[in-house]
Amino acid sequence: MSNTTTHVPGPAQSLPSARVLKLAAFAILAVVLLVAPAVLYPVFLMKILCFALFASALNLLLGYTGLLSFGHATFFGGGAYFTAYCVKILDVGPLTGILIGVGGAAVLGLAIGVIAIRRQGIYFAMTTLALSQLAYFCFLRAPFTNAEDGIQNVPRGTLLGIFDLTDHVTMYFFVLTVFAIGMFTIWRIVTSPFGEVVKAIRENEQRAISLGYNVNRYKLSVFTVSAALAGLAGSTKALVFQIATLTDVSWQMSGEAILMALLGGLGTLTGPAAGATVIVTMQNYLAATSVPVNVVIGVVFVISVLLFRKGIVGVFQKFSKAP
Amino acid sequence: MIQELVNDGQAVSDTPVLSVRGLCKSFGGFHAVKNVDVDFQPGQIHALIGPNGAGKSTFFSLLSKFHEPTSGTISLAGQDITRIRPEKVVRMGMVRSFQISAVFPEMTVLENVRVALQRRTGRDIQFWCGLGLLDSLRDEAMYLLDRVGIADLADKRAADLSYGRKRTLEIATTLALDPKVILLDEPMAGMAIEDIGMVSALIKEISQDRTTLMVEHNLNVVEDLCDTATVLARGEIVAKGTFSEIRNDSEVRRAYIGTDYD
Repeated sequence: MSNTTTHVPGPAQSLPSARVLKLAAFAILAVVLLVAPAVLYPVFLMKILCFALFASALNLLLGYTGLLSFGHATFFGGGAYFTAYCVKILDVGPLTGILIGVGGAAVLGLAIGVIAIRRQGIYFAMTTLALSQLAYFCFLRAPFTNAEDGIQNVPRGTLLGIFDLTDHVTMYFFVLTVFAIGMFTIWRIVTSPFGEVVKAIRENEQRAISLGYNVNRYKLSVFTVSAALAGLAGSTKALVFQIATLTDVSWQMSGEAILMALLGGLGTLTGPAAGATVIVTMQNYLAATSVPVNVVIGVVFVISVLLFRKGIVGVFQKFSKAP
Repeated sequence: MIQELVNDGQAVSDTPVLSVRGLCKSFGGFHAVKNVDVDFQPGQIHALIGPNGAGKSTFFSLLSKFHEPTSGTISLAGQDITRIRPEKVVRMGMVRSFQISAVFPEMTVLENVRVALQRRTGRDIQFWCGLGLLDSLRDEAMYLLDRVGIADLADKRAADLSYGRKRTLEIATTLALDPKVILLDEPMAGMAIEDIGMVSALIKEISQDRTTLMVEHNLNVVEDLCDTATVLARGEIVAKGTFSEIRNDSEVRRAYIGTDYD
């Protein structure tokens, strides 16, 4: 995944290079995303995009920095609550609502991050879980969230006074843009000089310290950005489904994001999005049948852990690299 | 570029570069390091020897601030570093290596060295730029790899290197920080015989314009490389001096070398 600038000239030059293949795949994906609402139900596609962004935000932390957060639902659901409240009660526009949601999630991320990064490994994960449970009860008790009812009938509004988001296809293109911005942010970070240092911290934290890096500062920065992006996914989701509920801040939601990222492939740019697509699709189509969804997801997960150690995308990478 | 940054061309003087007073470290009731007083003169290679469990690695971790001392003081080039964070100590010019090889396995050999150069050149926080920003570090990284003799492996994944190569890569990475003081924790541990000569020559070469402190079990290496040796046993210093002085010290023979060493 790392785009090193060192090109070794060799016999591989005669074949289409990896770069061309990557661009081709990217172009196909872009076309598919643009024509998809003509074929599939836009709300279903928007759900996939929101969860793909959520899983990718978690992957920025887990896959690229090596920090397992068990509390990302707080930022996802927090973003959803803030946006829903601002749009419905304070009557702000959808864009402002999303920005407030992202900002709120970032503040929550900073607060939880400051405490959690003092611990390592499983203790870090447990701290994030504990703090997100604390946040869950705050959201349950806070007057503005309406407890079990959640914030319902959130208006989608009109984007910039021009685009009527109540139309599903218009909303789809808005969500696609948000998704693209989120993914671009992640790509920019992981293929930047900053991203190199972050990867070094994942690879060997003690060594990174001994190179003079203040690792906590890097960890906290990534944690906050990851929380903000999870908030972006949650805020957008609140507008798509016009609702923000306790489900969004529950620990099961954190678990789902981890599952998606693991299934798709940790530490790859497209893996978590692929994992999210598989899981959301299964949830969507199996829900109408008598097959128990969670059992199927469990089986798929076990198979993928046993067969594809690096996730769905890892398998494709292996084949594309094979001679 | 490298030459300009080497510790201001300081001549060997009598002022110790590293000075330790009354240093203690206990883990629960266990006293790993007990009341250690020692000075290290600049521009020399110092050995730290002693039997297993003598507290050598703990002592190293205390110097590099990976552990907090229970009591005592450490000063580096006249500045008190006893309560300073480990990365600050690195920035002040003292860098440690680890007993187990410490490379970034999923990064290439070149990237391993480059990430060390990033901080010094202020290219460590640019999250908005592409990796092209790091192209200018390539020449210096290649120079360092060439210096330790692994320039031909620059594009290999660090995880795929042999053990000896990983250790040389670590030395190149350490050199990238241009430290005044290098702490090497058993640089030859677990190394094949033919690599020992190579790494030993390398340490001698890189130590010419800086101070090196190394933990080492191979006494032939110590005799060959080091100007002074300090012997640690049960957390205390039992002897210090040149290797020949140490070798004849009865306390040392009893504690460490054994009576049949010759």
